[in-house]
Amino acid sequence: MKKTFSFMLVMMIALTLVLSACGAKNNEGGSGTNTNGGTKVESDGTGKDFKIGMVTDVGGVHDKSFNQSAWEALENVTAETGAATKFLESKGEADMEPNLNSFVKEGYNLTWGIGFLFNDALSKVAKENPDAKLAVIDSVIEAPNVASITFAEHEGSFLVGVVAGMMTKSNKIGFVGGMEIPVIKKFEAGFKAGVAAVNADAKVEVNYAGDFGKPDLGKLAAATMYDGGVDIIFHAAGGTGNGVFNEAKARKDNGDNVWVIGVDKDQSLEFGDEITLTSMMKGVEAAVHKVSKDLIAGNFAGGTVQELGLKDDAVGLPATTKNVPEDVLAEVAKYKEKIVSGEIKVPTE
Amino acid sequence: MDTLKKVFVKSSILIPIVAIVLGLIVGAIAMLAGGYDPILAYSSLLDKLFSTPYNIGEAIRAITPLIFTGLAVSFAFRTGLFNIGVEGQFVMGMTGATIIGVLLDLPWYIHAPLAVITGAVFGGLWAGIAGYLKAKRGVNEVISSIMLNWIALFLSNFIVVKFLVEKGQQKSMPIHDSAMMKIDWLIKLMDNARMHWGTVVAVLCVIIFYIVLWRTKQGYELRAVGHNPDAALYAGMNVNVTMVKSMFISGVFAGLGGVFEILGVFGNQTVMAASPGYGFDGIAVALLGGNTPIGVLLGAMLFGGLSYGSAGMSFGAGVPPEVVRIVIGAVIFFVASHGLVKWFLKPFLNKRASKRKEAV
Repeated sequence: MKKTFSFMLVMMIALTLVLSACGAKNNEGGSGTNTNGGTKVESDGTGKDFKIGMVTDVGGVHDKSFNQSAWEALENVTAETGAATKFLESKGEADMEPNLNSFVKEGYNLTWGIGFLFNDALSKVAKENPDAKLAVIDSVIEAPNVASITFAEHEGSFLVGVVAGMMTKSNKIGFVGGMEIPVIKKFEAGFKAGVAAVNADAKVEVNYAGDFGKPDLGKLAAATMYDGGVDIIFHAAGGTGNGVFNEAKARKDNGDNVWVIGVDKDQSLEFGDEITLTSMMKGVEAAVHKVSKDLIAGNFAGGTVQELGLKDDAVGLPATTKNVPEDVLAEVAKYKEKIVSGEIKVPTE
Repeated sequence: MDTLKKVFVKSSILIPIVAIVLGLIVGAIAMLAGGYDPILAYSSLLDKLFSTPYNIGEAIRAITPLIFTGLAVSFAFRTGLFNIGVEGQFVMGMTGATIIGVLLDLPWYIHAPLAVITGAVFGGLWAGIAGYLKAKRGVNEVISSIMLNWIALFLSNFIVVKFLVEKGQQKSMPIHDSAMMKIDWLIKLMDNARMHWGTVVAVLCVIIFYIVLWRTKQGYELRAVGHNPDAALYAGMNVNVTMVKSMFISGVFAGLGGVFEILGVFGNQTVMAASPGYGFDGIAVALLGGNTPIGVLLGAMLFGGLSYGSAGMSFGAGVPPEVVRIVIGAVIFFVASHGLVKWFLKPFLNKRASKRKEAV
């Protein structure tokens, strides 16, 4: 009896492993291969001696936001220069360091750590391998061989806050964050300030899911908010945010008038215009692209910290937004000018 | 010596090896179907495991917690208890070590042992709750320990956020150096791989596991209760006390696993969205190892090695992580299903047996 039980249990564990793998969607890229969205770019061959690696956090490379933008940038670098690019996904925190080291010890010319969570692992690896070049997004690491890139997310979030504040019907707006870390706090603070600037009556409900890779938690958070009368949710939660879209889609199909504001990429391209109001674009792709190309051109910005904001067009709304009417866009443009000129200082926490 | 012998008897070593081979073949088919080169993939897996001192060290780092959790599950199983709460006890062990490591500042010869013992006791008591409920009230330990997993996860997150948090971060303040259990000279030797004393303790625990269960009166009672609680009761053993004791010791093993993740690997504790999963992997390790000490050690090496080496398959052969998981799942599936492999081997074994008969 006990034997059968334990046998069944192992079967279950093995099956879960296999099935969970099947559940993941087809991996069109694979690591190292390069499909450039159909558009053919002639490689100029300048980078064919260069190898660039990238390590994702637990969200994985197909998170439809942050990590995916970075990987797309590297794919473009490959297409343009012929450099070899490759990614590794981290299954847990313990994986980050060995994954970074896989690239560093293999002699890669540049290794990317995508996300705030790389802070500890990347600074350790950078210190242990002073000759290796590394770069990190969303985190500041003070080492001569690390290029740190951060974004003024609060400025871009302010603008989508303006959109949400003007377009809400229920005067209830939601914010779903990934983890309660400084970078996501910046999203929240900017968003709240933007809402408050145009709509004094609107309330912003905040929920932190606690993870960037758990769509189920995002769905749950969204369901709770929509049930409470919220009609627009801004998510800054990476893969967890996919659940927010999922819930919004289900409600839209039921006839509820709910919206999601996407993050990092123009997420209307992924989830459709009927639920995506607009997106808070974050120029991860442009930044990864630029730093990688600089490396190939021979001027790697090691030891520097760049903060990219509205003035660099590194954050903000996508160029085309079907769902936002002209008058709102005009207002957004006005606020953008004020932020760039320094007239409005957006809070960061 | 029975258990030691059992491992080295021919059929018991043949079956796992055939099972691994079968698993690798199924994995290869999956990779071929996806258009990847299985031979390159497997050679990169081995490469990842054994190529450099760094990789060997990191593989050992990945294997260590699985030895602890595997032992924890096996120990309870020997007493007829299914401790599915190893995950929670692991987390409590982490928390105990973090509390001592962060809040106190003592000389190293007190600090480190104190942190280890506190974590181990935290894990043991956490398991003891489930054991006590089982003994006193007959609450099924599977259910109570699963629920305790969640309580442990959120309790430890609460403790970290409330008392230990580093400002503006989602993790605790760093553990004082005096409590850390890293092996600095070995770290240098292994090219900065995260080596720590936990591995040594894990191997010691394998030996302790054997001695306690098969060389002491206590251990005899524990196993007797596992075989048949009614008979044990009739023989005058205190079944209830034995159950609590067994859960406590099981929890100590799990707690130690958590302790060394903190003191040896991370040096701080993050606020976790989900528990790290070593406890659940420990169930698989225990069953792979047939609940014997050596079996657990080998099972942990297989499981930990595969999951660490799998990154090499992505790196060297471009196999996507999803397919890698299919391969790992296939290997575990076959190793776990003894019956299937025996059935597969039957014709060969029969032939050999009949030949032997002819020879006679």
